[in-house]
Formats: sequence, C-alpha cells, structure tokens
Amino acid sequence: MHAITHPLPARQLKGDLAVWILILSELLVFGLFFLGYAVAARRHPALFEAGQATLDTGAATLNTLALLAASAVVVMAIERLERQRTREAGRLLALAALLGSLFLVNKALELHHHLALGITLSTSLFHMFYLGLVSFHFMHVLAGVIVLSWVARRCLRDTPPELNTVWSAGAYWHMVDLVWVVLFPLVYLL
Amino acid sequence: MKYQSQKVARLYFMAAIGLFTGQILFGLILGLQYVIGDFLFPAVPFNVARMVHTNLLIVWLLFGFMGAAYYLVPEEAERELFSPKLAVALFWIFLVAGALTILGYLLVPYSGLARLTGNDLLPTMGREFLEQPTITKLGIVVVALGFLYNIGMTILSGRKTVINMVLLTGLVGLAVLFLFAFYNPDNLVKDKYYWWWVVHLWVEGVWELILGSILAFVLVKVTGVDREVIEKWLYVIIAMTLITGIIGTGHHYYWIGTPGYWQWLGSVFSALEPIPFFMMTVFAFNMINKRRLNHPNKAAVLWAEGTAVMAFLGAGVWGFMHTLAPVNYYTHGTQITAAHGHMAFYGAYAMIVLTIISYAWPILRGEKAANQRAQVLEMWSFWLMTVSMVFITLFLTGAGVLQTWLQRYTDDPLPFMVVQEKIAPFYWMREAAGVVFLIGLLVYLYAFVARGKPAEDATAA
Repeated sequence: MHAITHPLPARQLKGDLAVWILILSELLVFGLFFLGYAVAARRHPALFEAGQATLDTGAATLNTLALLAASAVVVMAIERLERQRTREAGRLLALAALLGSLFLVNKALELHHHLALGITLSTSLFHMFYLGLVSFHFMHVLAGVIVLSWVARRCLRDTPPELNTVWSAGAYWHMVDLVWVVLFPLVYLL
Repeated sequence: MKYQSQKVARLYFMAAIGLFTGQILFGLILGLQYVIGDFLFPAVPFNVARMVHTNLLIVWLLFGFMGAAYYLVPEEAERELFSPKLAVALFWIFLVAGALTILGYLLVPYSGLARLTGNDLLPTMGREFLEQPTITKLGIVVVALGFLYNIGMTILSGRKTVINMVLLTGLVGLAVLFLFAFYNPDNLVKDKYYWWWVVHLWVEGVWELILGSILAFVLVKVTGVDREVIEKWLYVIIAMTLITGIIGTGHHYYWIGTPGYWQWLGSVFSALEPIPFFMMTVFAFNMINKRRLNHPNKAAVLWAEGTAVMAFLGAGVWGFMHTLAPVNYYTHGTQITAAHGHMAFYGAYAMIVLTIISYAWPILRGEKAANQRAQVLEMWSFWLMTVSMVFITLFLTGAGVLQTWLQRYTDDPLPFMVVQEKIAPFYWMREAAGVVFLIGLLVYLYAFVARGKPAEDATAA
C-alpha cells in the first residue's frame, strides 16, 4: 500500500466568505424584526388578528409558490453550470428571475391596494410591522432578481462568472426565499 | 509617490493635524469646566469651548478626508489630479474660513456673530454642530463643490476602481446631505428631524463609505492582497452600512415628537449598525493575515488595525449599549452619549485619518517608511492616545451609568446639578486620561520631527 501522499483537500466554503457574512447579517436583521413582531403580537393579540384578517392570503400563497419554485430552479441551474452546461443554466436562471419578478408584481399590487386604502406605518402597530417587513423583504427580492438576471445574462452569453460567484448569488437568493418562508406564516397565517 | 499632484495632500494633512491639536486643547479646557465651572470664564465660556471642540473635530476630519482623497484618487485613477492649483486654492479658502469662524466663536458673543454675519437673511445658526455662520456654511458648499469637481474629473477620466467609486459616492453624499444644514424650519420637530439627516447620515452613513474606502486603499497597499478580494469586502460592508444606517436614523427619533413606529424601526435597524463595523474588523485582520508582503511602514499597519478594532468598539458596541428605545428612554443625552461619541469619533474617523497620514506621509517625502526611531515614537503615540481614549470612554460610561441611575431611574430622582456633583470624580479621572491623550499627541507630533530630513536619493514605490 502506498502512503497517502496527497492529503484530502481542505474543506472549502462554497461561495464567498464576505457574502456569507452578509447573508448571516441579513438573517439577523430579519430575525430581530420577527422577534419584535412576535413580542408585539403576543401583547396585542386582538389588534394583530384584526390586521391579519385584512391581508390577501391567496396572493401571498401564490407568491410563496413563486419563490419556492425560483429557488428550486436556481439549484437546477447551478447544477447545470457545475457540469459546464452554461447556456442551459442561463435559461434556468432567467426563469428564476422571471419567477422572482412575478413575486414583485404581485406584491406591488398588494402594497398598492393597502396604500390606496390610506394605510401607513402609523395606522397601527400591526401595520407598521406588516408594511415594514414586507417592503424591506420586497427590496431584497428586487436585489436578488437583479443579481440573478445578471448571472443569467452572463451565462446566456457564454461568459459565466466564476462558479464561486454563482454559488454566492444562489446562496443570497435562498436567503431571500428562506426569509419569506418564515415571514409568510408569521404575518399572514399564524 | 507615483504622481506629483498627490503632493497637495501634504497641506491638507498638516492643517488636519494642527486643528486636531487645537481640538484636544479645547477638550482639556472643556473637561476641566465640567468640574471647575468658571474655569476661564468669561473669556471662554463652556458653550463656546464645546462649540470649538466639536467644530474643530469636524473641520480637521474634513481636511483629513480631502487630503486622503487628493492622495489616493490620483494613484487609483492612474493619472495626475485634474487641477492641483484648484486643490491648493480651495485649501486656503477653507483654512481661512475655518480660522475666521473659530476666531468669531472665541472673540465675539455668539448672538453678535449671528448679527455680524447676517444670520437673519437666511437663519441657519444656533443648532448643535451646525453653529457655523451661514456665510461659512456657504463657503463649505463652495469648497465641497470645487473639491468634488476636481476629484470627480480625475476619477471619471482615469482608471475607475471600486475604492475610488465608493470614496466618490461617500464624498458626494457628504456634500449633498450637508445641504440640509440650510433647511431650518420653524417647527422644532421638523428642525430636529432634518438636522439628523446631516449629523446621523454623515457619521453613520456616508462617512462610513469614506472610512471603508480609505481603509481598503491602505490595506491594498500594505498587504499586497488581491484588489478583487478587498473590493468584494468593501461592497459587502457598504451594503450593510446602508441597510442598517439609513433606517437606523430612527434611533434619534424616539423622543422628539416623530411617529411612534420609529421606536421599533430605529431599535431594530440601529441594533444592527455594529455589523458593518464588525465586518471591517474581520476584513482588516483577514487581509493582514493573508498579506503577501511585509510593508516596512509598521506604524501604518498598526493604525489600520487600530481603526478596525476601535471603530467597532466605539461606534458599534458603545452605540449598541444605548440604541434600543427602552434603554434609551433612560440614557438619552446622558454621559453615556458622550462616552460613545468620544470613542466612536476617535476610533472610526480620527484613526482612519491618522492611518492614511501615517501611510502617505513618508511616501510624500520620498521614502517608503519613516526611520525606525520615528516609527517607534509614532507607535508609542498610538498606544498612549488609544489607551487613554479607552479610559476616557470608560470613565464617561461610569459617569453616565451613575447619572442615569440617580437622575432618571431611582424612585426619588435627584436634580441634574446635584447628580453632576456626585459624578465629579469620574470627570476628574476623565480629565487625567485627557492629559495622557495630550501627551500621546505631543509624542505623535514629535515623531514627525524625529523623521529628520527626507533621503535625497530615495525613490519611493
């Protein structure tokens, strides 16, 4: 038997350390917000229940499906890219960005509906949380869609970014998705 | 140095250090007035000393930022400065305007200064940190515009690096937000609301971009780590700064008559403001550990590390201590704020200016680093100033905790002045630490003398 001359490769982080720190920080921001929401909802159960009753659960469910589907498509795209099937990956990423955009349009309509009713951050504690959380998350989806579109464009032109960059972009998108998966039941259902 | 026009930075750095010295002297006067109320009265009343102390701070930091920009922008853009002459002219305008303003504070009663400078035509005076006569404010705008034009033309027609673009964004933001200094509504709530757009969005917003880009520049130079790696960190730090810092303005809106939701928004977002500072610490040490070269300027590396640590402690940790609305309800405007202010300004902004001066000064003299002795002296001054600032902060924190307790939290709160007498021992200890800081500053100044004449034949990289 030969001695092992090549040690196992050191465990490598998929994606950038800096982006991972960003993702963890963002989760912390949302986590604090969720915690605040939970505390406030506990203290004013009637107010929060009444507020939730005015939300459109159907539209939000559709949005949840769009984001989950987009995440799944991103996974498929990265798997294609790892096997050098760049254009295929590009098409999938474009689809993911499209699903993300669907979320944005749907959410914009929902927000417009509420704002047209004269609801502001000052309307009630529930509405402060609802508008705050939803619009803050909206900005993140928007950023995610821009990132996905950029990666998709590069792939479709056969000049993909480094795999590490794509992993980072994918991780960011999954974070956006993950936050919604907590936000949706917390604000709309529970 | 690579480009001749970088030399204008020297003027700015000299002015910055001179005004820094003035700031510290007034700090010591002010510290003594906390315990000996009529010290130097009526020549220098407390409110005037305070105004001079804080205004000098802002002005010397602005000189430092401009000097940093004049030094690093040509090097990053790989071309000479658009107009070195304009840079020199603006330097003198700014210095003379600044000196006249400070003399005005010291020689004329403030209301007289307001009358003298025609404040009633466009009233902007009388607000903390924005005490400058309207005409000085207009001068600042002119200088800022000329400066941005000069820097902008250099950047846009040269190599565009992330460091330059982030710096430019920060500087443009600084200038644009300053315009709110001219908005002075009668409604006190609105007045304070927009006043924070200058004060908070400067130090917890755009100034952080300036800080990040200067730190990144120095790290590129002293570590030799790939620019791409450093730029990526810069992007992430800036994203987090803006995400937390902009809505984090809300932590100033708790008790000034703004809507109640600010207590939630301000608490949540500003609680996370330490994150970008923490990232900066991880970033700086990560890069220094991965360094590909051992730069001979050890002092500059020490300043860079110091900035990363002290900014996190002063701005991050000490800011977090009193940023949550339920805590701030008791601590608002106590010595806790002063403690945070001291360590944050020193750790983040004073130290980053001292970092770039430490790095650039030898190169501007035609050598890569100062001689051994001068560097040792500079590092002594680093430790003297930094450790004494830690003590100033700890003593003020002690004073603040006691003040909060006695004046706000107990069942039988004591009047303000009674409490001030009780916390006097902390003020005395703070003053002692301040004296050590001054000694550190004198060592710092002496380190410049100890550099001797620049080597004639030295060719700097």
